Parts: sequence; C-alpha cells; structure tokens
Amino acid sequence: MTETFYEVMRRQGITRRSFMKYCSLTAAALGLGPAFAPRIAEAMETKPRIPVIWLHGLECTCCSESFIRSAHPLAKDVILSMVSLDYDSLVMAASGVQAEAIIEETIEKYDGNFLLAVEGNPPLNQEGMSCIIGGKPFLEQLTHAAKHCKAIVSWGSCASYGCVQAAKPNPTRATPVHKVVHGKPIIKVPGCPPIAEVMTGVITYMVTFDRLPQLDRQGRPKMFYSQRIHDKCYRRPHFDAGQFVEDWDDEGARKGYCLYKVGCKGPTTYNACSTIRWNEGTSFPIQAGHGCIGCSEDGFWDKGSWYARLTDIKQFGVERNADQVGATAAAVVGAATAAHIAASAVKRAMQKGDRNP
Amino acid sequence: MTSKAVLKSEPAVYVYEAPVRLWHWVNALSITVLCITGYFIGKPLPSVPGEASENFLMGYIRFAHFAAGYIFAIGFLFRIYWALVGNEHARQIFMLPLFNRSWWGGVWHEIKWYSFVTKEPRKYTGHNPLAVLTMHLMLVWGTVFMIVTGFALYGEGTGMGSWQYEWFSSWVIPLFGQSQDVHTWHRLVMWYIICFIIVHVYVAIREDIMSRQSLVSSMISGWRTFKDNREVDDGH
Repeated sequence: MTETFYEVMRRQGITRRSFMKYCSLTAAALGLGPAFAPRIAEAMETKPRIPVIWLHGLECTCCSESFIRSAHPLAKDVILSMVSLDYDSLVMAASGVQAEAIIEETIEKYDGNFLLAVEGNPPLNQEGMSCIIGGKPFLEQLTHAAKHCKAIVSWGSCASYGCVQAAKPNPTRATPVHKVVHGKPIIKVPGCPPIAEVMTGVITYMVTFDRLPQLDRQGRPKMFYSQRIHDKCYRRPHFDAGQFVEDWDDEGARKGYCLYKVGCKGPTTYNACSTIRWNEGTSFPIQAGHGCIGCSEDGFWDKGSWYARLTDIKQFGVERNADQVGATAAAVVGAATAAHIAASAVKRAMQKGDRNP
Repeated sequence: MTSKAVLKSEPAVYVYEAPVRLWHWVNALSITVLCITGYFIGKPLPSVPGEASENFLMGYIRFAHFAAGYIFAIGFLFRIYWALVGNEHARQIFMLPLFNRSWWGGVWHEIKWYSFVTKEPRKYTGHNPLAVLTMHLMLVWGTVFMIVTGFALYGEGTGMGSWQYEWFSSWVIPLFGQSQDVHTWHRLVMWYIICFIIVHVYVAIREDIMSRQSLVSSMISGWRTFKDNREVDDGH
C-alpha cells in the first residue's frame, strides 16, 4: 500500500498545524466553503497517493517550471509528494533503460488507475521522428501509456491546443493530445505555461474528491477557466471609461490605462491570471504594463498581431484585418454604386431626350 | 408617346402591412446604431481625460450596442412571426422559390436590367426576384449570423450560467475556434451588411425613379402604386 498524503507530509517534517493551514488555503483556492477544509484534510489522511506518469513531448518545459513554483510554500512541497510521481523524465534521478522501465512497472501495478500528465505534444510527420524518447517516437510512448491510464491531464497550450510548434506551417505536424488519444477523459489546462496554482489546484481537486473537476465544452476545468482576464482585470474601469493606452510610451501607459487598443487579448482569453496572478500573486502581464497575449487560447500564435485589437485574417493571402477587408468591400460596392448612378442618369437623360425630341 | 397611359389611373395594391413597415424602419435604425457603436467598440475613440470614475464613454457605447442588439433580435423574431401570419408579401424574403425556373428567369432579367441590356424592367407588386435573392442572402442570413455571434459575444460577459452563454456562447465560441475568431467574423459580417445597405438604399431610390412601380413611398404608406396600367409580372 502506498503512503497517504498526510503520512508523506509528516515524514517530510510538516507539522499538523501547517497541514491544516494548507487544507484551508486549498479549499479557498478551489472556491469551496470553509466546511470543505476538513474534508480535504480527511481525504489527504486516508487516501493513497495517485501514481502519476508525467510525459514530456515537444515542449519547452515551461509548464514544469511553473508547476514547481506553486505559490504557498506548502503546495510546492506537498503537491510533489502528494502524487506519487513515478515517472517524469525532467526531474527523476533515474535515466536510460531504468527510467523507461518505470513506465512499464507503473502500468503493470496500477493498470487503469494512474494519472497520465502530458506536457507537450507528439509530432506526427516523419513517423514522429521529430520527438524521440528512449529511442522511440514520443507518439508511441504516449499512446501506450494512455491506453492504460485512468485520465489524462494535458498540461499547457502544447498538449491542449498545439501551441508554438503547431503554429503555421507546423512542419512536424505537432498535434494536441486530444486529437491523438481517444476514449479517455482529458482535462485541458491551457496556458503557456498554466498558472502554478491552477496546476496544483486541479490535482488537489482530483485527489480530494476522487473525481475529475467539472469541465467546460472545451475540456477546461470550469473553476479556473470560466471567466475572461477582462472580466476581473483591475484596469477594467479604464476600459469602461474609455481611457486607453494609445502608444507604449504615452501618458495613458504611465497612468495605467486599459491596454485594449494596443492589442490586449484579455477580452477573449479565458484564464485566471487577473485573479490568482503569478509568482505568489506578485503580478501578471497586464499589471506589468503589457497586454495579455491570449496564451491559453487555441491557436494564439496564428491569430495575428499581439499588438492590434483587430487581428489579421490570413485567409486573404496578404495579412489584413476585418476592417481593411470590410472597408475595401464597402468601397468597391460604393464605387460600383456611384458608377451605376452615373450610368443610370445618362440612360435616363437619353430616354428623356427620346421623349421630347 | 405614353401620355395616354399616364392619364389612366392604375389601382394601387396594399403590399406592406403596418407591422412589416414598422419592423423595416426600426430595423434600419437599430442596424445604424449597431454599426456605429460596433465600429467604435472594435476601434475605440481617443481616450477621455479625467478620472475613470467620472467617465463611462465605452460603457455607454457598449450599452447602446447591446440595447440596439436586443431590439434588432426581438424585431427579427417578430418579423419571422409576421411572415407566418401576415400576407404573402411578408413571406417573400424568407421563402425563395428556388426550384421555379421562371423565377430564376426573373433574376436573370433583373441582372440584364441593371446591366443596361434590357430596355424595360418588369412590373412587380412585391419584390423583384433579384431583390428577394439579395435580401435573403445578405439581410436575412446576415441578421441570423449577427444575432447568433452577437449573443455569443454578449454571453461571454454575462458569464457561464446565463441564458446567453448557455444558448449561444457555449457552442458558438468552440465552433469558430476561440473568442477572437468570433470577434473577427462578427466584424466582417458587419461590413457585409454595410455593403447590403449601400446597394439597398441606392436600388430602392433608383427603382423608385426608373422602374414601373413605387418603392420608397410603399415602405412608408404600404401601398404599391404603378406608373403604367399594363399587367404585372408577378400577378395572381
């Protein structure tokens, strides 16, 4: 029997008092009432740790970098011990054949009961040769492990949507996890990277309640992805007032006006940055004076400029935004109308001429 | 000389019932408000000075947009209802006789009339076939598209659990890919409708002057009057 979370934490020298504090904080972070803190504590005391296999495909490791910086200090220690992280090529000590053997061992011991965390995605072109793990294409490792797992967590925009490696023209045909693996529940936790507390929050929820968090239609946990950055942005009053940064070095930028006109994607991005923020709640992009780039949205690399409100439409060959395309169409129609008016007037004048010779 | 025909009075026909006329003008007004406010939501006006708490410019623009959007949507629903219970002319822009060869012949004739190939236009009590086709493709479907995408974008603000979100945003946003795509399409179709308006206003005035029946006044009074007493081409 694997140890319970509580045992692991105590073994690591965490006091019961700190443990209870952690449970309350987690309950608050998940948006649960105070009554849930004891339930979280109970779950952690009695439930065995979930075995996790954490795979790395085509990615930049920013999800892992974010994950290990989870804000309140306990979370950092606990979450890493909370799950039984059996395989994670980034942080594990083992390497080579021994490391790869762990996957088989986990599948054997916990068939259908372990969690598969995927960071990055598999490339499909050239038979997956653009990402080789342990001498085999990552695609094989992924589909093999996915066949035996209980559920998949797609960490970050890579696994959820494809991200930069899947941006046009996507030479390796990097493909998000949900388009490769079918028949298993997939939780998407998009972001480049996702917020640390969102990552640990999702895991804590699954451990505590023994079920997957409620997902929206796109497979994202509702508790963190149900609102836009814009909805909770502290610069929102400037948006409603009509006060915008027009240029990066203008008075508005100095006064902290809304970044809408310089391309902030806050109004179209679902994430928790404006509430949870980053690095122990220190700041987030908009607070630092740069618009949101929409990193947790599908295909954000291909949606045109990060610095323009109306984004480019690539289908027209030349990059044009909706206004350029639309105004051109309206101008053409207007010019055609004007020409038609002239022609009609001429015709009518000629008819009148016929009538009154 | 056509002076004899002009002297003879031609019976007028009551074509556009009051609800249709009311819808037309309310719709025209709401589209105007929607286009202007919508343009400035995508490309806001220069920043206003002063404290944020003293200003609500963007808020008022968005309010006008949403209010006009509701009027636009409710008006369209009412117009569909009237298409069901109103007279046959009320149905015309919704029901295209796509399998009627002579109707397509009428479309072709109108194209020739606008290309200055045909000398004389046909005489219609209702809309001419080209007008029906244009209104159906540009106005009716443009309206449906704008209502669906508009409420999907609005639902993002009202949030999960609101009917706007459940009925529209929850499926429209993933259908287009993401929210930004819906914004782009919503704006493109605004320009599509603006193109329709340019053509519609011009053609209505031109037909009023050059065709064989009244146009602009009919949408005010409801009565279609004719300039000659020969038989109409869409007679019944």
